[in-house]
Amino acid sequence: MTDPVAPSAASKLFAYAPAPESRAVVDIAPSYGLFIDGEFREAAAGKVFKTLAPATEEVLSEVAHGGADDVEAAVRAAREAFGPWSALPGAERAKYLFRIARIIQERSRELAVLETLDNGKPIRETRDADLPLVAAHFFYHAGWADKLSYAGLGPDPRPLGVAAQVIPWNFPLLMLAWKIAPALAAGNTVVLKPAETTPLSALFFADICRQAGLPKGVVNIVTGDGATGAALVAHPDVNKVAFTGSTAVGKEIARTVAGTDKRLTLELGGKGANIVFDDAPLDQAVEGIVSGIFFNQGQVCCAGSRLLVQESVHDEVLDALKRRLATLRVGDPLDKNTDVGAINSAEQLARITELADSGEREGAERWSVPCELPGRGYWFAPTVFTGVGQTHRIAREEIFGPVLSVLTFRTPDEAVAKANNTPYGLSAGIWTEKGSRILDMAGRLRAGVVWANTFNKFDPTSPFGGYKESGYGREGGRHGLEAYLEHA
Amino acid sequence: MSTPETRGSEARGARLSVLKTYKLYIGGKFPRSESGRVYEVTDAQGQWLANAPLASRKDARDAVVAARKAFAGWSGATAYNRGQVLYRVAEMLEGRREQFAAEVAAADGLPAAKAREVTDAAIDRWVWYAGWSDKVAQVVGGANPVAGPFFNLSTPEPTGVVAVLAPRRSSLLGLVSVLAPVIVTGNTAVLVTSHTAPLPALSLAEVLATSDLPGGVVNILSGDTAELARPLAAHRDVNALDLAGADGELAAELEAAAAENLKRVLRPAPGADDWSADPGLARMTPFLETKTVWHPVGA
Repeated sequence: MTDPVAPSAASKLFAYAPAPESRAVVDIAPSYGLFIDGEFREAAAGKVFKTLAPATEEVLSEVAHGGADDVEAAVRAAREAFGPWSALPGAERAKYLFRIARIIQERSRELAVLETLDNGKPIRETRDADLPLVAAHFFYHAGWADKLSYAGLGPDPRPLGVAAQVIPWNFPLLMLAWKIAPALAAGNTVVLKPAETTPLSALFFADICRQAGLPKGVVNIVTGDGATGAALVAHPDVNKVAFTGSTAVGKEIARTVAGTDKRLTLELGGKGANIVFDDAPLDQAVEGIVSGIFFNQGQVCCAGSRLLVQESVHDEVLDALKRRLATLRVGDPLDKNTDVGAINSAEQLARITELADSGEREGAERWSVPCELPGRGYWFAPTVFTGVGQTHRIAREEIFGPVLSVLTFRTPDEAVAKANNTPYGLSAGIWTEKGSRILDMAGRLRAGVVWANTFNKFDPTSPFGGYKESGYGREGGRHGLEAYLEHA
Repeated sequence: MSTPETRGSEARGARLSVLKTYKLYIGGKFPRSESGRVYEVTDAQGQWLANAPLASRKDARDAVVAARKAFAGWSGATAYNRGQVLYRVAEMLEGRREQFAAEVAAADGLPAAKAREVTDAAIDRWVWYAGWSDKVAQVVGGANPVAGPFFNLSTPEPTGVVAVLAPRRSSLLGLVSVLAPVIVTGNTAVLVTSHTAPLPALSLAEVLATSDLPGGVVNILSGDTAELARPLAAHRDVNALDLAGADGELAAELEAAAAENLKRVLRPAPGADDWSADPGLARMTPFLETKTVWHPVGA
């Protein structure tokens, strides 16, 4: 068999010239404070930390490191703001959120470049996926603010109070939108803790809140590390905790919240199965496999990280997949042609590397895209493991990186059994031309989001969230509002 | 029917009554506790009513196995079918109305008329829930108008095996009010009865066993609440926990244990001893998952 990915004359002929997006559109200050009660301020203890561009390891800015005193101040500000904010007519709250949505649209290129710098993800994704979804999320929830009586919780449901929200680094501004938009629409006030490695877009969002004239204290941003987040969720005057991140931390938070009156929603890890049947449109399936695991460098909780391919088409799918992967452009995230950017941090790169090495040690066959990686920054070539057994760590543990584990099956029953053989239950994919099989599989897969003949699609109207240890509660749609409301 | 006055009594020359041996209900069968233990159950005045099984951790684990085994069939049954099975339970309850009224009177310390009223409310509640089986999906699910060429549908699904701590008081109406909403949507249940008033629950098992309800869909354990609840809260194959019958301190401990596999936890509501109010959806939705399916639209 010929190597399906030997560089061909054609691929050399059609090499791309660099097409960098301009950094001039964004002005990053040398330092940022916490955003509390409508003002930026230094951390009470005066601590700061640096945030890096993972593609270059360049220091982008120095950010205040919030501690317990700062959490206290932020919660107090949110508590004071809660009364007037929740008492506003819904139509007025709606207009603030519409304003925010519009300002995000106006500043979307700036925010896309900023996000790409701070996160390392390709500008193509921040520009075409993250930012449009962020604006759409605020626009969608704005319209709910004066229609809460129709949300299925009885007439005149009440907001919960102060929401403590802790978000991850993989979609920094989008996760902020998923948290803040429904919370504010429902009449809550928030204290949000962005991820340690990606604090900047949340701080720019604070500026958008000021531009929108949002009353002070309604949104507070406390940057910091895990200890900052732990202090926030443990604060006794918080009524609601919403967390997106790892399952291990999610369990810790659930223990912290146990025995209190705090409401909790968790959106945690996943090990999604992407199931390809022999009658699938294979070219489309290959595109779906690629977007399923290499979108956002695979740093996606709902990634299709386990490919379950029907045995009879295994070789055909793998050949096509490798051919396709060889055309991915890995490198400068600000280049408009880049498909795969940088890993978010040295720590995450180490975790991906360690798990990928375990795959080799445990006997799976490793193949990586033959590409040149930049000399500086955090990089991992898109990688596919074949011959993966269900007991291998790379089949069980969330890698959160551009690593695909390929398993095979013969019958639909076997596919269901293998797909569900995980403590997670966030996402799954099904590729087949047979409608009745799609519906049968969709019904039997224990996952909160099932993509049939597509993958990694998101929308503010569409509830998102997991079964089992992928967490509880939904974000988006009418269902997502329930996390921020209670019966009158 | 036996009442506290006649039970065990032979002084009045009346016929000697036949006492019932109360047993657990696991996987559609009526075993004694594997531990061989029983405890004394008394009425509100402290008079002996019966010996009830003092179920063990092993019984609890066996009940989880039975509930898991029953889950695929019960959750896969049509909503119409589940509704009819639940309605059948109400029919069987109605047939034993006098028995339950007497047991409730003894268990809850109620006058006969009030006990009949509570029993009727429990039967009516069961009928109410039976009707929800094929409606809840339309009320809490639906199509989502996504901004793209996709069909997008959200559907509620049962979360799995639910461990239910029945209310400590309200031995029948409270019991029915926590059990029916769990199973009507397709979950299976391991129910821990009220420690002090387990007899209506153990009798309900006899109703369930004669109501077309597949074995294992409901499993009923009597005993010490904390002793049974701890292994259930920590059990990796239990998906959710209803803490209705736990006091504050135990509830907090169980909720923390439940975090180990992120069980869905329904906390005890303040002032929840009144089971007469319209329950709404509040005891069904905590044990439902929302599944959202996407498919492209196009020729």
